[in-house]
Amino acid sequence: MPIFYRVSRLFKTFISGILLGLVGAGVLTYSVPAVDLHREPSLMTVQANGGNSETFRIDLPRDRILVGLVGTDNALPAGLEWPGDELFGNLQAEMFKIRDRNDVVIGVASRLANASEETGPFIEWVLHLPARGTVYLQMNLTASAEGHRSGRMIAGTRDFETLTGTVRERFITDIENEDVSAGERIELITTFIGQLGDEE
Amino acid sequence: MKYVVSLLIGMLVGAALFAAGMYYNPFTRHGSVSPLAVLNEKHLDVTYTAVPGDTILYTDNGESTVNTHPDRVVDLWEPAIVDTRIAVVLLKNSRGNAVGLGIKFSTDSEQTALINSQALVNSAWHIYLPGQGTLLVDQVENYWPYLREIVVPARWSSGDSWKGSFFGIMTQGPGALGTARVSGGTGKFAGMTSEAVESLTARAYSAIDGPVSMHGSLTIILPKATIETE
Repeated sequence: MPIFYRVSRLFKTFISGILLGLVGAGVLTYSVPAVDLHREPSLMTVQANGGNSETFRIDLPRDRILVGLVGTDNALPAGLEWPGDELFGNLQAEMFKIRDRNDVVIGVASRLANASEETGPFIEWVLHLPARGTVYLQMNLTASAEGHRSGRMIAGTRDFETLTGTVRERFITDIENEDVSAGERIELITTFIGQLGDEE
Repeated sequence: MKYVVSLLIGMLVGAALFAAGMYYNPFTRHGSVSPLAVLNEKHLDVTYTAVPGDTILYTDNGESTVNTHPDRVVDLWEPAIVDTRIAVVLLKNSRGNAVGLGIKFSTDSEQTALINSQALVNSAWHIYLPGQGTLLVDQVENYWPYLREIVVPARWSSGDSWKGSFFGIMTQGPGALGTARVSGGTGKFAGMTSEAVESLTARAYSAIDGPVSMHGSLTIILPKATIETE
């Protein structure tokens, strides 16, 4: 067999490989997701009047990420340089990991509260659940006789975008028969319902 | 045998060509003009440092090249939040004075499509501006220009670093014009819905330590009703 023919066949194989590589890389890039977020099953309860209720837990102290408050010895994490009181006054900023009812971490949250803000005192939560979206919650300032504080959803993103609803915040000091590393717990019980769309 | 080797080498070359084509894609749009620039409405501009060591707090899964700050902050290692980053920053006005606090949650987006030059991140800002109020900014950001023009050149550089001038509009949605969605919480922002855009300006980046000289800006449109309450 002439050497030219053999080289030509080899070259054709090489060119075929290039085309295969181009197509294969394209198919792989297109079909394999670059980001695949971990999802936990949503533990919801269907409400009698429609909508879903879901309980988010924060076990203290293990779920604390940040405690920012002027003049406290309990700032967290160690080494945190919290801005002075001339700017933020009595602002209390906290950040947590949040868990579902099975105590599995499913997101992170921030809580901002300021009782002496000149435009009016406030308590707010932002819950960021990576695979689902973000929920912006505003709480009432006064707690109920049982120590609960209720609030409402101001806005939601992605899975929560079309929902409206309420939230109840409660602080539990005596956790029974639970993880020994947790001493106290914050529970956020949300009740969200979808808005009725316009009928065509 | 030589045909198999030839085929394999060809496939590797093909894959490399594809990667090069994706990286040097001339049709990639690098936004440097804010979609809000055409609007004539009053806006609020704040800037923040994007250097983790200069923030109040920065944390991620603890495995990235970027160091968390402060040193003893908890890592976000749990599977559901392993692709999430949190930055707590001082927000400053154009004169460099601190005017507020911003908490930014960022998570890699499953809508990321590298073939379309989209390295997407879902992010949410929880913002407090003393004397003004609170708000939430929800956005989808595209970090492809940042990766292409800063991170990859820094990794290729013999000095493991990048120096230059980068300015990019990071916000890509969810607004139709590529703007972020703003929801007012309290104070003069109560009940407000508006739009915003975030941009990033970079001068130096280290492949070992992450951003060295970098700051971000948020431009938030203030509806007339909000201005009238001032």
